Formats: sequence, C-alpha cells, structure tokens
Amino acid sequence: MEPSFIKELQGIVGARHTLTDRESLAVYGYDATPELESVPGIVLLPGSSEEMAKIMALCYQAGVNLTPRGSGTNLSGGSIATSGGVVMQTSRLNRILEIDQENLTATVEPGVITSSLHKAAEALGLFYPPDPGSMNISTMGGNVAENAGGLRGLKYGVTADYVMGLKTILPGGDLLKSGGKAVKDVAGYNLSQLLISSEGTLGVFSEITVKLVPKPRTKKTMLVHFPELEQAALTVSAIIAARIIPATLEFLDKVTIRCVEEYAHVGLPLDVDAVLLIEVDGHPAEVEEDAARVREICEKHRCSFFQTAATADEALKLATARRVALSSLARLKPTTILEDATVPRSCIAPMLKFIQETAKKYNLTIGTFGHAGDGNLHPTCLTDERDHDEIRRCHQAFSEIFDMAILMGGTITGEHGVGIAKKPYLPRLVGETGLRVMRGIKGAFDPKGLLNPGKVF
Amino acid sequence: MEYVDLLNCMRCGMCLPHCPTYKETFLETASPRGRVALVRKVQDGELEVNEQLLEYLTLCLDCQACLSACPCGVNAGELVAEFKCEEKGKGGLSFMEELVLRKLVPHPERLERAMIPLRLYQKTGLQKLVRSLGLLKMFPPALGRMEGLLPRLPAKPLRKTLLEVTPAKGEEKGTVGFFLGCVMSLIFSEASHATVELLSSLGYRVITPKAQKCCGAPNMLGSDLKGLQELATFNVELFSGYDLEFIVTDCGGCGAELKKYGHHLPENGAAGSFSNKVRDISEVLALHADDLKGKLKPLSRRVTWHDSCHIAHAQGIRWQPRTLLNLIPGLDVRELNEADACCGSGGTYNIAQPEMSDLVLQRKVNNILATGAEYLVTANPGCLLQLKKALSETTPRVKVLHLTELLSESLAAGLRPVSLRLKTEG
Repeated sequence: MEPSFIKELQGIVGARHTLTDRESLAVYGYDATPELESVPGIVLLPGSSEEMAKIMALCYQAGVNLTPRGSGTNLSGGSIATSGGVVMQTSRLNRILEIDQENLTATVEPGVITSSLHKAAEALGLFYPPDPGSMNISTMGGNVAENAGGLRGLKYGVTADYVMGLKTILPGGDLLKSGGKAVKDVAGYNLSQLLISSEGTLGVFSEITVKLVPKPRTKKTMLVHFPELEQAALTVSAIIAARIIPATLEFLDKVTIRCVEEYAHVGLPLDVDAVLLIEVDGHPAEVEEDAARVREICEKHRCSFFQTAATADEALKLATARRVALSSLARLKPTTILEDATVPRSCIAPMLKFIQETAKKYNLTIGTFGHAGDGNLHPTCLTDERDHDEIRRCHQAFSEIFDMAILMGGTITGEHGVGIAKKPYLPRLVGETGLRVMRGIKGAFDPKGLLNPGKVF
Repeated sequence: MEYVDLLNCMRCGMCLPHCPTYKETFLETASPRGRVALVRKVQDGELEVNEQLLEYLTLCLDCQACLSACPCGVNAGELVAEFKCEEKGKGGLSFMEELVLRKLVPHPERLERAMIPLRLYQKTGLQKLVRSLGLLKMFPPALGRMEGLLPRLPAKPLRKTLLEVTPAKGEEKGTVGFFLGCVMSLIFSEASHATVELLSSLGYRVITPKAQKCCGAPNMLGSDLKGLQELATFNVELFSGYDLEFIVTDCGGCGAELKKYGHHLPENGAAGSFSNKVRDISEVLALHADDLKGKLKPLSRRVTWHDSCHIAHAQGIRWQPRTLLNLIPGLDVRELNEADACCGSGGTYNIAQPEMSDLVLQRKVNNILATGAEYLVTANPGCLLQLKKALSETTPRVKVLHLTELLSESLAAGLRPVSLRLKTEG
C-alpha cells in the first residue's frame, strides 16, 4: 500500500486508529471461521459515520478493496479481507442513539453489541428478540449484514423481521436511506430487505432502526429426554401441529449429550438418544396451558424424563446442557467445524438420520445440536486441522449434507451466511438465474467490485 | 506451553467482551483471541519475537476473565505468561529482576526489613510532609504511583506476631495450615488476623509455619519460572510436614498460585496433593455457613462485593463470598455491575501500565459508585491496595474491607471492645 495513501487514511481517523504494524495486521487476518485467513494491508477504526463515508470514498476512488468488520465473529469468513486492502472495524460506533417508546423502535450505530441492546430494551419493559449465539460480542451491523438468527427464531423470527430502517454508506461514500419508523412503507423497492444478509458486499450500515416488542410477561422452561431420536423429532412437529409456538425449541443429539455429560456432568443419562429444551413465554395463563399441553405431547411420544423449572435459577440449570453444547463438543478436539444446514422442520428426523449416516460413512465425529423448532441444525465436526485427511473427509461429508438439505427443500446456511466458506455450494441452491440476478444487484451497488470482494458468489 | 493449547482456541471471540483491555481499545491485539494468535504465529514461524509483539502481550492483565468466558477452556492469560517466561528463559533476568525476584522475594525477613524505612516514612510524619508539599511530583512517575498506593502500615508484620499454633476455640474440629501472603502479612495484617480468628472460632486449630516463603506469584509476573519453582518446592516440603485438612489463604493471588503448584512441579508428587488441599478462606467458611449464621451479629451497612480475578476467574470462586455476606443480619448486599471485571491492579500492572490500568480502574470505580454502597468488600491484597486508594478520592468515599475483616466485625459486634470490658469488670 502506497505510503501517501496510508497517510490520507490516517488523516481521516487519526494515527491511533490506523493499524499498519505486522503484528496487528496478522491478527486481523481471521474471524471465527476455521481454516481461513488472509492478512489485510491496513486496519482502520473510524469513530463516526462521516469518517466511514470518507474512508469508503477514498478507497473507491483509489480502487482499493475494503472489508467491513465488527467483532470478527463471522462463521463463514465474511469479515476476512480475501485480497488484502482495507479492513474497516466499526466497533467504536457503539452508541444506542434512541429507544423510541411511542413507536417501539431502537436506533443504533453499527458497532453496538447485540446484548447491550437487549439490556437497554429490557430495562424499559421492551424486547429485542434476535439472540445469536455470539450476542454478547456480535455487533448489530454484523447481525444485519448476516441476518443473524438465534434460539428465539421459531416464535420471534430473525434479524430481518425487526429491521425497519437503515442508513447505508455505499461504495464511493454516498449515503442511502431506506425505510424508517413507519410500520407500512411500500415506496419503491424494499432496499432494506435487500441489504439485510448482503454480507457487507453492498454497503456498510451507519445507522440501524429496529422494531421492539413488549417483553413477554412470563416464561416456563422444560427439559425432556427421549430414548428414541425419531420420537423427539415427532414431538417437535406435534407441538407445532398443536398450534403451540414455543419461544425456544432446542435439540441435542447423542454425540452431543455424551460430550456435555463428560465435560459438565449435568446428569444426562447416556442411554438417551435426544434431549429437547423447550421454553414457552407470554401471558401467564397461556404459558401455564401451553406447558401442560407440551407435557402431554412429550409423554405421548414416550419421553423418559420431563422436568419443568419452578424458578428462574432452575430454568438456568435446565438450560445448561444446551448452553454448554458447543463448548463441550469443542473441547474434545482442537478444531471445531460448525455448520448450519437448515431444513423445513418436518424434515428434521430424516436430516438427523442422514447426518449420522454420513458421519459414519466418512468415519467422523459429528455432534448435532440446534434450533429444532425452525429446522436450523448445527452439525459440528470435531477434528484437528493438522489431520489433512480427516479435514478432507469432513468437507466431503458436509458437501453431501448440504446437497441433502437442498433436496429436502432447505438451505445450505440458516444463519451464518455464505461468505467464503459456502461459496461452492451456493450455485447448487440458487442456480444460474439466482446467481445472475445477485451479480446484477452487486453491480448496481458496487460497479468496481471493491466492497468485501470474493464473498458470496 | 503445549502447541495444542494454542490450537484449541477456535477464535469464536467469546472472550472479547470480558477482556478489560479489549473493552477499552477494541483492538484485536489487545484481546485474548489476538494474544493467543500472536503466540501461535510465533510458533508457526509467521511472526518473530520483537519489541512490538512483547508490548502487545504485556498489555495483558492476566486477569483470566477470558478463561471464564472461553468455551474451550483456553487460558490465554497463562499462555501469554508462560510464553513470556520461555522468552525470558532465553535472555535471563535483568540485574533489578535478579535482585528483587531472587534476592528479596524468597526471603521473608529481608522483605520485612525492606518495609522498615516505609514504616518510618509514615511514622515520622515524613509521608504527610511529602504529600502536603506536593513533593511526589519530583519522584519518578512509577515511584510516585507506588507511594500513592501505600496505605497505613501495621506496626509489625503478621508473621512476627501470629502464633505458630493458634488453638481452636471450643471443641476442636480439625487442623488447617495458614499460608501467609507477603502483602497480607506486611500490609493487611489485620485482615489476616481476622482470618485466623474466624478459623479458630469455627473450631480449627491453625498452624502457621513461620519458615514459609512467598508463593512465587511475583516471579510468574516477572516471567521467572525457575524462581517460582524453587519457592514452590520449599513450601510444598514445609507444609507436607504437618497433617492438615486444608491449607488456607486469604490472598486470592496466593491461592491461585498455590493451586497451580502441581502444574508447575509435575515431577513432584507432593506438589499435587499440596495444591489439592489449598482453599481460599471463603471456601472454608462457606462449609460452615450454618454454624456461622448463629454466630454473626447484625451490621447495618450497604456493601458490594468485587470478585478479584484471582478468586473468581483463576479459582472459580463466586457464590461462596456472596453466601457469606448474606449471612450477616441486616447487611444490605448490592450486586456490582461487571463484578468480576478486573480493577486494573494486576500485581504490578498498575505501575508498569499506568495508562491502561487507570482506564480499567475508572470503569470499576464508576460501577462501584453506581451501587450506592458504603463499603466495598473484596479478598485480594492487589485489589485492596488499588481500590483503597481510588475510593478514598471519590465523592462519596467508599471504605474498602477484606471479607474476613467484615465477617470478624460482625462476629464481634454487640460485644464491647475488650479493653473497655476489662475496665468495667475491674
């Protein structure tokens, strides 16, 4: 990178927020995606949307690549600077600008941490439902760019269901405003929805307005064991068919149960094939009734154990197994490859069976847990990046799992995004027409192809 | 340090919101994930050890908040400390380090003598004079900071005044060893005195072997693994000579280090069993909660608890001190926001990295003031030093106490001071 260009960038954000030393650049080469790394040419931490716009204008003019980054928790390589250039980290823009209690909206800067918005909203009796696993560190900008989901997706939906308005800085530095606080808005193309899950390839958000909902008055947490996987899956479908939409309907498979028990000793029996964690929330009377019916359905499907938490502390304890699922799996082997193949929920049982068979076929340890209620599964391969043969088998297995997800009418990624990691599989899902339209959209926003290049397609 | 420990970091970023230096800077190099990556890149041959790299690693407080947050159990603080030890091993100790870590720290009596001038400095009124005349400005900055942290020193270190064997009060339930922390004995001897009192009143015979030496934590801070191993070997042998149920300490830093003796001396079988016996005072007291409940008298105060890093993160002790505080009738215990975030003391970090230490401290102070507590209670001398100074300058002022000081006060509340009682009885 030209010293004069570096100097210009430094002039925008200040020397303290310009990183050019070898050590700094080296640790901005990764995000949370295993196996992927690419060192950027420079890292900038702007402190305002004006600074962001200036950086983007300057880079565009100079023909330099720019990769936006929040906290770097992306799981598909979306925040990795594939071909060097500028990494722009939005963490310093971390103000909650407004919580509007009349319109029930919150307006935030892109670097706001998801869980701090949760806290701020809940302090006012309001609720921002999307709760991705990384919510204690993920940024709102990243959540919108990836359309993050979470445990509460079944009842409350995902990030896209809450975004009402965006201010987006386009490549070149122009500001695009889309949507706002009006509930109804059909003026022109719905650009906000187009920008959500664009993975930082179309623009960088400088302001995000989201919808808030009233905080549920109460909730009830239940933990259920099943000796048969099939019955657990049927229970999930039966609960929904009974017109009950739990806030959380999470699932752990046998491999995960064994790992959890080994690591956390939470008292899960090892002869159990599946565990469901169910949480219903809402009006106290409705919660009471739903919980009773959930129990009936579980018993009908031959559950071997059913426990309802009486207190908030007990609820936390019941949720432990699910909460430590990933950590328990991750401790077993040095490398953890976490995927998010998603199927319509009626296909959960066959999909789980297929994952288990595929793991066996390729001689791999794959534990599966996830959001059973919305069909979003997390098959997690436990491996060692130094074992090249196993890594190769792992990728083959996932390729087959993605194909099966597509065949079942599902998708290759439910919440992690395509990024770099899922690029090879996207054409199988969207076909030539899908790719052509996406490329056209990319060209309209970023004719020179400089913003987060090498991602999605 | 094993290479696989570095590989175990899956870079998920869960540590970032818990790292005090990341929270202040948002820099990857100032995060646990970044530090592990830096060390790994050195091992992989992608980076070399240079001043810049060591500077980034040195910004780590080793508070181990990242360990509590890590899904994979990666201890970034320890990995960094061990990496620095290995690098240090190649270059050897500097003259000053040799002097402090090898000639001073391992010898309790020399440490005690070294405190005499400081005691005189306070006793003669020189300290008052220096402070009122603003002469501190003429000190080198590091020395000035050290002076500012110095609380009122006890007349004699506890090692000199405490009996080798303190008998149990009432029926004897068991025998425990007491590990005297250097700073506790030299500066906070009243708190340690209270610790022994509490143990004795619960029926423990308390043995305090006088020959004991420093736990070695300063050596680890100074990246002197060899010095630490020598001290550990000595202490293990000394305490192995007694039949003890527990080895109790009221210093979070000592407790964390003593529990790692088994790890630092893998060849020494006795070190493992020594470490298994080590307990923080709150762990032992919590075992006797029912007994204590009957003995504690009301104290009407607003207090809040600060989780010392060496207690909460390094030893995983969180509910015990809270349970103990809640045993005191009438005490208004308020939970502190970010209670387990570092106070910026970090051993000698507040001297070595004043700018970052102050940022971390300010955040802690703001959280403490927001609780409205009159007393801040904690259980580690580093935190006591750092917070006593900081909270004496706030409005309102907040008093700082060791957990055992508060408990022993509640134990004695209602009783008139001994001297008074003697007079009236006479």
